[in-house]
Amino acid sequence: MELLAQYLGTEVGRMLIGLVGVIALVSVNALFLIWVERKVSAHMQVRLGPMEVGPHGAIQSVADALKLMGKELITPEEVDKPIFWLAPIVVFLPVLLSFLVIPFSQSLIIKDMNVGIILILGFSTLAVLAILMAGWSSNNKYSVLGAIRSVAQNVAYEIPLLITVMSIILMVGSFKLSDIVAAQSGYWYILVQPLAFLLFITCATAETNRAPFDLPEAESELVAGFHTEYSGMRFAVFFLAEYTNMFIAAAVGTVLFLGGWHGPILPGVVWFLLKVYALIFLMMWFRWTFPRVRFDQLITFAWKILIPLAFANLLITALVMKLR
Amino acid sequence: MMTYFKEIATGLWSLLAGMAVTIRYFVKPVVTVQYPRQKIEMSPRYRGYPQFIIDPDTKTHRCIACEMCSRMCPSQLIAVEGAKFPGEKQKRGTKYIHEHYYCSLCGLCVEVCPTTALEFSKEYRLVGLSRQDAVIDHLILLQERQKAAGLPVTPIPTAEEIVAAAAAEAKEKEAKAKAAAAAAAAAKKAAPAEETAKAPEAPAKEVKE
Repeated sequence: MELLAQYLGTEVGRMLIGLVGVIALVSVNALFLIWVERKVSAHMQVRLGPMEVGPHGAIQSVADALKLMGKELITPEEVDKPIFWLAPIVVFLPVLLSFLVIPFSQSLIIKDMNVGIILILGFSTLAVLAILMAGWSSNNKYSVLGAIRSVAQNVAYEIPLLITVMSIILMVGSFKLSDIVAAQSGYWYILVQPLAFLLFITCATAETNRAPFDLPEAESELVAGFHTEYSGMRFAVFFLAEYTNMFIAAAVGTVLFLGGWHGPILPGVVWFLLKVYALIFLMMWFRWTFPRVRFDQLITFAWKILIPLAFANLLITALVMKLR
Repeated sequence: MMTYFKEIATGLWSLLAGMAVTIRYFVKPVVTVQYPRQKIEMSPRYRGYPQFIIDPDTKTHRCIACEMCSRMCPSQLIAVEGAKFPGEKQKRGTKYIHEHYYCSLCGLCVEVCPTTALEFSKEYRLVGLSRQDAVIDHLILLQERQKAAGLPVTPIPTAEEIVAAAAAEAKEKEAKAKAAAAAAAAAKKAAPAEETAKAPEAPAKEVKE
């Protein structure tokens, strides 16, 4: 107890508590989001969705998670074993790291780094590496096709994403996420940067590998893409990472455009989470509305529309900031 | 250059139009029926298994055990028995077994019934573990429906009652035959023109008893 108290005040204690909190948040969030996704998709198709386990099927995903834990971890014979084994860990690691810098409220932030936004963008790119590892090591044509698509897609959407974020950074003058939120105390940046918001949400959808940009998974053409050969808890970890990536993308969107923790009456954390889940709902809404784009369409869209628009937005922002 | 921006604008507009469609469906009430927990109202022309109509006046069935349905049935799966009870003008169904497992729901029994005693039920949730579960005793079913509707339950005649009723009927018939024979004999013996008027009176009295 004394040892714990000794550490509590220090950076290490803060990190430790943060890590426990983050792991709890990640798992609860993923279970909740899977349920929400199924409910949203069901109601958009005039169905009910899960109804049996718990009230309105609320703990259906808990039951599914338990089932996945009980399943055998199958390792096919021809796979590249170390990489196959490592991929789920690599996909989950950056997810945990990104939570370090997300400001849930003015005080609820594990470590307010001055390179916060760069850290998130940098580590979220690691997910692509994990997908490539999973796809390549599976020794399966569908998996490797999914992995190839993921890498090409990554090159296409990372550039407009970074340029879009840059225009916000220009306005704030800081990479620190708490500074970005603090700068929006008067008005949200979505009001002055609507085009940037559109570009960001498009790129974020692509980054989280969600429809209409879910080419690496593409269940109707590539079986399950990069995680075809994964089973049990390894598959569950990919799933967990996908939904946590959604949360992170929505959290970054909230910080950059929706004013983070700012809001009347309710405490900051509640406002932050409300905005995050509203953005996640928007992404789910995308998924159940738009058909999957073809590969060449995605690349054309990214290079011919997203990147020029992002550059134009950056230029105009820079011009306005200079003239003001 | 203009076409480029026009394409972006129309593309964005089409995306928004699509999202408007899905959100409209999102707030619409769902069409799913929670099958074992919810029941749906069947259309008036729906054909479930046939069942007795509960007569609005007598609050019981109208079967007179004429066996028309049982004869008409193409699959021969209806067994009807009836008896005439003392004090009643007509025969009354005492047993009505419908072996629903062969029923093709052709509806001939419903159509042929002279007293319109049968109708199609609206029951669609049928399940059974054995063939016997699909055998419907219409009198028991009627009792259940009467109970559910809060009506007086029609008792099913016991075997003794049926035997008694049959005996009474046989006695009656015998008496009737006797009377008829007596009348015929009397008519033969007596002067033909005058006595014939009296002859129908005698059996009528016996019947009343």
